[in-house]
Amino acid sequence: MIVSSALMIWKGLIVITGSESPIVVVLSGSMEPAFHRGDLLFLTNFHDDPIRAGEIVVFKVEGRDIPIVHRVIKIHEKENGNIKFLTKGDNNEVDDRGLYKEGQNWLEKKDVVGRARGFLPYVGMVTIIMNDYPKFKYALLAVMGAYVLLKRES
Amino acid sequence: MHGREIMRKDNLVERSDLGFVTFDITSIFDWNVKQLFLYLSAEYSTKNNALNQVVLWDKIMLRGDNPRLFLKDMKSKYFFFDDGNGLKGNRNVTLTLSWNVVPNAGILPLVTGSGHVSVPFPDTYETTKSY
Repeated sequence: MIVSSALMIWKGLIVITGSESPIVVVLSGSMEPAFHRGDLLFLTNFHDDPIRAGEIVVFKVEGRDIPIVHRVIKIHEKENGNIKFLTKGDNNEVDDRGLYKEGQNWLEKKDVVGRARGFLPYVGMVTIIMNDYPKFKYALLAVMGAYVLLKRES
Repeated sequence: MHGREIMRKDNLVERSDLGFVTFDITSIFDWNVKQLFLYLSAEYSTKNNALNQVVLWDKIMLRGDNPRLFLKDMKSKYFFFDDGNGLKGNRNVTLTLSWNVVPNAGILPLVTGSGHVSVPFPDTYETTKSY
């Protein structure tokens, strides 16, 4: 069925990209004018991919669910590969230390959801609209449900 | 931020003597390039950390902006803090220019320019400046 194939594709993407969330929607304007709210980002998170200054990473602050898409502006990496890095939104005046957890000054590899590798504008707006207007989400689900039911009958 | 007080000793004083840089990037802007995010980063090694990279300056260039940049007497946009005291006497700090191409849609490549400038740091701290 449609649902199981969609799920299989999604799970497949997670494995291929190494990221728990290979496609994310940009939620804020902190990376404008590159990315706007509603844009879609495609991520990879290969373990051996080094994190370098200038890269755009998607990370989660410990304890918070919302992924943040910002640029790496500083890295300090030890010989054994342990790395700590600092991020900042292109459109923000200051770096992200204010966004990290209390007392946290750096991000680590474990905080990274993925590296932004590709992007499509506007496409993610649907998710944002569904979040902001739940009635729209239910209407959409109702339409999809009706479509599936009616299709079967014929 | 209070944490930085400890690291103040390795503050890089504005390197306004970077000379001037001219570059023409018209060739990078094609129909699918929306914007270029340019940045100058310093890369170096210290006793504490095998690899350090710090972005000192960045600039956003949109398609349609003047593609010929002439930068003279630029000050470092961001403070150049080291994680420790690894800048004192460090002879091998390399500055490279890189850019992130943001397309109208598609892949987001990160490109590093060829060539780099080496900036050696003095062996002693500055004692007269304060911030």
